Amino acid sequence: MLKTFINLPLIIAVVTSLALSACQETIPKEALQLSPKSLEQRQAQTRRFQTAAEASLLSASAAVLQDLGFNIDEGESALGVIVGSKDRDATEAGQVAGAVVMAILFGVATPVDDKQKIRASIVTRPQEDENGWTAVRITFQRVVWNTNGQVSRSEALTEPELYQEFFSKLSKSVFLEAHEI
Amino acid sequence: MRRYLTCLIVLAALAGCQTDSRDQVLATSKSQIELRSIQTRAFDTQDKEQTLRTVMATLQDLNFVIDKADAVLGTVSGTKLDGYQMRMTVTVRPRGESQLLVRANAQYNIYPVEDPEPYQQFFAALERSMFLTAQNVD
Repeated sequence: MLKTFINLPLIIAVVTSLALSACQETIPKEALQLSPKSLEQRQAQTRRFQTAAEASLLSASAAVLQDLGFNIDEGESALGVIVGSKDRDATEAGQVAGAVVMAILFGVATPVDDKQKIRASIVTRPQEDENGWTAVRITFQRVVWNTNGQVSRSEALTEPELYQEFFSKLSKSVFLEAHEI
Repeated sequence: MRRYLTCLIVLAALAGCQTDSRDQVLATSKSQIELRSIQTRAFDTQDKEQTLRTVMATLQDLNFVIDKADAVLGTVSGTKLDGYQMRMTVTVRPRGESQLLVRANAQYNIYPVEDPEPYQQFFAALERSMFLTAQNVD
């Protein structure tokens, strides 16, 4: 036991050197590889509308982003792109309860999720195979920071329900814009 | 004695790391020519807009969210989040009379992506959506 204690600086040195030797990180092999799930995801994230008016569809999509509280960051109508984001609270009751229990039992402060930035990009595309149809694809992602200001999550949001709800709102928006409401 | 040893180990480990972080501004691990050849492919098409749209569709297939796009400049950038952050910029410009050059560059967290494999994977995915072969450029 005593021997281990004496060796502690040495152990720290070895651990540090190991950590530093990893100065360069390598990217995961699947980062740029098409996954078998990509087709399924594309379908969940895409809807086709019977219109050739790409610009109107794009502005109807921008309106839905605004309905959902997003601010528009970028837009390029020539390519059918809109990018939006919003900053929101990320506190979850379960995590806070866990942190409180930890604090009472062990007297340690556990960081909990605090803030998040949600980003969305919408891309419209005239369908080559079917004239008069335009596809809309939206993708969401988010970064969550904890109460220590560290990134606790960074992820793509892939829940199908999210996309269903977005597109039901978009359908309404297209209808409202067509009738100038 | 042990203290010296400790210092020595830490210093030896640090020797492999940078001394001035400003060196990063112009730093690359590969030569300009090598990097261009890894990151660039030629396609037999002149349709820049359609190519840019296909690039965006491919990025979306790979779970990227688009950050910016510019039809005139021919650039598209996107970010992928999956426990890590990967940013990618793709540019499209004409090559001669009948081809387009597509170039991609990426960063993974705070590191440049300079290995050939990730770019091969990206162009393999792009090729499938383009219905055209991605040709190596020397």
